[in-house]
Amino acid sequence: MTDTHVQSDPSTEPRQTVRSVSQQISAIVLTEGPPRGWWAGFLVSFLLVMLLLVSVGWLFAKGVGIWGINQPVGWGFAIVNFVWWIGIGHAGTLISAILLLFRQEWRTSINRFAEAMTLFAVACAGLFPLLHMGRPQFFFWFIPYPSTTGMWPQFRSPLIWDFFAVGTYATVSLMFWYVGLIPDLATLRDRSRTGRGRIIYGFLAMGWRGSARHWKRYQSAYLLLAGLATPLVISVHTIVSYDFAISILPGWHATVFPPYFVAGAIYSGFAMVLTLSIPLRAVYRLQNFVTDRHLDNMAKVMLASGLVVAYGYLMEHFLAWYGGHQLEEFMLLNRMFGPYAWSYWALIGCNILIPQLLWFKSVRARPLPLFFIAIVINIGMWLERYVIVVTSLHRDFLPSSWGMYEPTFWDWSTYLGTIGLFAALLFLFIRLLPMISIFEMRELVHEHEHSGGASAEAGTS
Amino acid sequence: MNNATDTADRTRHTWRSLDELAQSETFRQAVEREFPVDASVWSDAANRRDFLKLMGASVALAGLHGCTQPEESIVPYVESPEHIVPGQPLHFASAVPLGGFATGVLVESHQGRPTKVEGNPEHPVNAGSTDIYAQASVLGLYDPDRSQVVLQNGEISNWEEFVGHLQPQIVTHRQQKGAGLRILTQSITSPTLLNQLQRLQESFPEARWHVYEPVGRDNSAAGARLAFGQAVEARYHLSEADLILSIDDDFLTGGPARLRLSREFADRRRTSPGDGPRDMNRLLVVESTPTLTGAAADNRLPLRPREVGQYLKALAVQLGVEGVGDSAPPIGVPEAWLSVVADELKRLAGRCVVMVGEAQPPEIHALAHAINSQLGNLGKTVTFTEPVARVPEDGGIAALVDDMRAGDVETLVILDGNPVFDAPAELDFAGALHEVSFTAHVGLYVDETAAGCEWHVPLTHPLEMWGDVRSEDGTATIIQPLIRPLYNNHSPCEILGVLLDEGAGSSYDAVRAYWREQRGADGFEEFWKRAVHDGVVPDTAFETVDVSLTGEWTDALGQSGEDSSGSVADRIDLIFRPDPSLFDGRFANNAWLQELPKPFTKLTWGNAALISPALSKQHGLQDGDVVQIALGDGSLEMPVWIVPGHPPQSVTLHYGNGRTRAGRVGNGVGVNVYPLRTSDARWSAHGASITPTGERRELPSAQNHFLMENRHLVRSGTLTEYEEHPEHPPFMHPPGHHDYEGDPPSFYPDREWEGNQWGMAIDLTACTGCNACVIACQSENNIPVVGPEEVARGREMHWIRVDTYFSAHSTTSFEGDVPDKLLENPEVYHQPVPCMHCEHAPCEVVCPVAATTHSDEGLNEMTYNRCVGTRYCSNNCPYKVRRFNFLDYTAETRELPVLHLLQNPDVTVRSRGVMEKCTYCVQRISAARIQSQLEGRPIADGEVVTACQSACPAQAITFGNVNDPDSRVSKLKAGALNYGLLEGEGTRPRTTYLAAVRNPLAALKFHEDSDPEEEH
Repeated sequence: MTDTHVQSDPSTEPRQTVRSVSQQISAIVLTEGPPRGWWAGFLVSFLLVMLLLVSVGWLFAKGVGIWGINQPVGWGFAIVNFVWWIGIGHAGTLISAILLLFRQEWRTSINRFAEAMTLFAVACAGLFPLLHMGRPQFFFWFIPYPSTTGMWPQFRSPLIWDFFAVGTYATVSLMFWYVGLIPDLATLRDRSRTGRGRIIYGFLAMGWRGSARHWKRYQSAYLLLAGLATPLVISVHTIVSYDFAISILPGWHATVFPPYFVAGAIYSGFAMVLTLSIPLRAVYRLQNFVTDRHLDNMAKVMLASGLVVAYGYLMEHFLAWYGGHQLEEFMLLNRMFGPYAWSYWALIGCNILIPQLLWFKSVRARPLPLFFIAIVINIGMWLERYVIVVTSLHRDFLPSSWGMYEPTFWDWSTYLGTIGLFAALLFLFIRLLPMISIFEMRELVHEHEHSGGASAEAGTS
Repeated sequence: MNNATDTADRTRHTWRSLDELAQSETFRQAVEREFPVDASVWSDAANRRDFLKLMGASVALAGLHGCTQPEESIVPYVESPEHIVPGQPLHFASAVPLGGFATGVLVESHQGRPTKVEGNPEHPVNAGSTDIYAQASVLGLYDPDRSQVVLQNGEISNWEEFVGHLQPQIVTHRQQKGAGLRILTQSITSPTLLNQLQRLQESFPEARWHVYEPVGRDNSAAGARLAFGQAVEARYHLSEADLILSIDDDFLTGGPARLRLSREFADRRRTSPGDGPRDMNRLLVVESTPTLTGAAADNRLPLRPREVGQYLKALAVQLGVEGVGDSAPPIGVPEAWLSVVADELKRLAGRCVVMVGEAQPPEIHALAHAINSQLGNLGKTVTFTEPVARVPEDGGIAALVDDMRAGDVETLVILDGNPVFDAPAELDFAGALHEVSFTAHVGLYVDETAAGCEWHVPLTHPLEMWGDVRSEDGTATIIQPLIRPLYNNHSPCEILGVLLDEGAGSSYDAVRAYWREQRGADGFEEFWKRAVHDGVVPDTAFETVDVSLTGEWTDALGQSGEDSSGSVADRIDLIFRPDPSLFDGRFANNAWLQELPKPFTKLTWGNAALISPALSKQHGLQDGDVVQIALGDGSLEMPVWIVPGHPPQSVTLHYGNGRTRAGRVGNGVGVNVYPLRTSDARWSAHGASITPTGERRELPSAQNHFLMENRHLVRSGTLTEYEEHPEHPPFMHPPGHHDYEGDPPSFYPDREWEGNQWGMAIDLTACTGCNACVIACQSENNIPVVGPEEVARGREMHWIRVDTYFSAHSTTSFEGDVPDKLLENPEVYHQPVPCMHCEHAPCEVVCPVAATTHSDEGLNEMTYNRCVGTRYCSNNCPYKVRRFNFLDYTAETRELPVLHLLQNPDVTVRSRGVMEKCTYCVQRISAARIQSQLEGRPIADGEVVTACQSACPAQAITFGNVNDPDSRVSKLKAGALNYGLLEGEGTRPRTTYLAAVRNPLAALKFHEDSDPEEEH
């Protein structure tokens, strides 16, 4: 193959060739030793995973009472973190599936690790409902199975819907990610210089030879999965929002929740993709794959979804006033001026005010401010869930029952622990699997090489 | 924890016999496990020997820990089958004394172990109701920290040893005619004990008997003597009283007649089913510290302690009582409180009553008697009997301490009581004990006094001994044991028997001997059986005594008037009151009572100095700020708590906290204020000062917000409003309230409710907030205590709680913006909140595993073993009545074998991670259902009585079948005052409330500017 310049393509830098693509991306896994930054980052996240193990161990030994939850605040960090992680887990599938269906080809260079991020975020999220149960040993009672007790789950409970929604989403995301990996696993198998690498990657590649039939099957499978995953992106957070909206609690009981939660999830998901991709592309010098154009696009998606979220806040306030329900009014006043007002105003600052900077192209074009804004949005979205969960519960119907919620050390350690788990999984992923889809990049390069020509022949190289 | 040192102390010493070794806590625990932990490591010789000793001892100890019946025959109550049927409890009538006075009880016994105390409906004083102390007495019985063995100088000894040492003393004293022998007891009404004491004084003429009760009744006794020239005791009859003026008298929760007065008071306020408004009494309260009686008042006037008496004098002048002289009312008392109150009293002469609290000096009591006499109330609303508790002449504790210091006391036997802790501070009782050569303390705990005495003998708990006791009207009850003494306890009868040189004998024989003497041998067995069975000895109530005023009291009144002028000064009054939960401190090791939210503050586990909002403003204090309180030479530091309605410039201190040797529950909880309490300032002291220290302490309060935030959670109005619109009282339709035709709309299909459908109605007019329901529920339903840290986190487990709201009609607040008038003298409402058993229960739909479901009989049920603990049900419960086992709260119950005996076998003990809540006492419903099915009949109205309902002295709780239109509960619910809490949420609660109706005198309204209508 000859080195052919690809020009005027928005999603890859010029001077990329099919060979250079394979070379550059697979080398990160196969040849280059991990950079110092990798080791440092992995060490930190590994320690946090250990913290998570200690926290979970203590939790199982003592019970959920080690957290700050109480009467009336029965849900605390666990649910806040669950919703936060699930939200983060939205971007991957959204980028992969929906943008695939819309034929947004710029997605190609970010979809792989966005999907990985999704999986790991869902894994972290999935921990929390389990951990927050008073008797986690009976988690399987959520599953409808023919048991000797003759009991089924209670299907009116949104927690059951949630169990299925998250379970389905995790399964489909995993399949989607894995199917998308197969051609690249084959590339790694072929380029691996060690016998162990060949065996492992070979096993995972499931005998991919790159034949036309393989490609045909692959493409229909991938497209089908994308079609399957697309409604899930919407459904998961819709159903997560039902965990709140189905209740009768002012501050939770709101019909605006489903769309507003989905928008929030996309918002936080893209923020997390940016948070990860900006340092990654700097460390691994992937500016030629994850271009400024990508950052710009993601910033625009963030801005748009952020505005939908702002609309959600606005509607909450409008309806509290328009509905004339005394408790709803009180709930919002309490959010704004009560003891947790700091969290509310921090949330407004993080989610609405600061992201307005994204209107400026100069901000979107520069990675550093963008990185900062993405972090701010991540914090803001966490605060949003904190505000929803805690401030609604802590002063509800009967003033006699009002109370305060204070997270304990174990609340924080479990939360930080899952961040560590997420990061550790990501570091391992970067080390062991191609973080950018090699074959899709090759395809892109190829297509531009023969623009308008027949479909690219790609395979193992 | 603290007890660990005690245990260590006990085990460090060598032991002489297995019996002695067996008394140590660690050993006992080891024995009671089937296989001691060390049993697995017995390879070396020493360990094997220990093991054999342990196994040998456990056989010997089998009787120690079993639930054995007493040896003597005891007579079960009416539900007695021929033989004990496993699973079926028996009820035995007995009495639980407090301050010497009986509360008649029926004790539920499961296979020989008492688990629950109910009021004895046949008892004339409490008539089936109980209070927190009676309810908590079962925990007192099984308290693992109870004293278990005779101690000599803190070392394990035994009864024979003790008697062996005591007898030579008695012989010596007998030679000296008893000189040098002293007995200190608490207040005693027991005929048998009094008889023994009398015989003791006959055979030891020089010996003296002293009585000390920290919550004494000396002022009222002295007042009656002052007024009538003879020792009589006043009994008030509130069923006859249309107007009650309480002068600092917390008659609803204090004093031996509290349960009878609560009932009589409530009976005159309740709006009976279908009756509509009726002849309601009126309660006016002038008080120096917020009390539950003041909270129940129709009009309340908070004054400083001395001003209270001053007020009564001015009122007496107004009423034209002769001999009062000229007396000006305290500054700031509205004129109407004199003129209008006097007019009303005169108008209702003979149908009103003036009651004075123990905190007021004798001359004020005498003045009240004079006023009652003038108004013609004597013989109608107030009668007199001989004192039920006999008090020895000049037998106070001060006289005893004087003699001890003078070296006149050689032998001192302290029969129950804890004077080292609770005697007046200036006496330094602990110091005086050193002057006595032979000191013995007989008590339930190795307490502060036990530590100061040479000997300590463990006392029997009233639930495990024979005895007798009178109640406030004189009615005697035979105390019968429900269980053989758990440890090597000895009853007061036995101790006095030893002193009398009659030998310890059995108290059974002593009690029977006394009553045989009284009743004669003829038909005695029949009488005995009847008396024990009924829990009431017939014809033992005291006869009414005719009294007439003597002139003496006017002199005393004249003298007392002089020093009252100083009260206006800048100094602060200290008000001493027994702790609302711990009494004088004797219940400090009772975890139920420690965790019981105290009225007004809802504080648990410890006390605070209660101050008025004005005083807090003056010193810039907030709840929990620590202040130094100085009085004379003494001072102490403790946190403050702001109580709306507290009189200004005064501080209320609750004594009974801050014990150092109460046991592992009560040690170091709260602040001991006894060091400031002296003989001449037992109820209040003047001239104190407070200084903020800048320190803060977090106080575990079970309720943090006391305003209704305009949510109309307690609907309340005046009798006038109710009478004007008996069908639709305006206060039943607050703004924003939707009137639905029938049930509010719902998306859920309506369900056909057939058969028994359980429901509850709680009358907020009757409820006084006494907390009896809370402890009754805790006892019935095996509810764990969680400790101060957990309460501070908001994790208390009570299935029924009493919410308290301060209200001054149109009150809205947000974040501390509370109008001053609310703070000065608010209306106080109590609202007991059990599970509402909503027909459309929000908790049920959100449970993922169907652990909370609706029963056919309308109960919202929890299936504990299905619960996985998502807590969604609790979040979705608008009433927040669900309680979650965040941690393993029942570990102690499992690990301490003696607490196994306490548990109600009909109720599951819940494990960690499980949600729980009020069940409407489903186990009682089941029992009634089984019984009715056996007898082939429907369950009768009133057959199922919940624990809270049964305990309630005001009978504010009604439970029954709402499907039966003729049931009492249905009739109450059909009344115009019935409403559901948060019914606008569409939950259709089965528990409903009857609005609080009060009967204030409009002219006495504390705040003339406040208009109840302005918010409507």
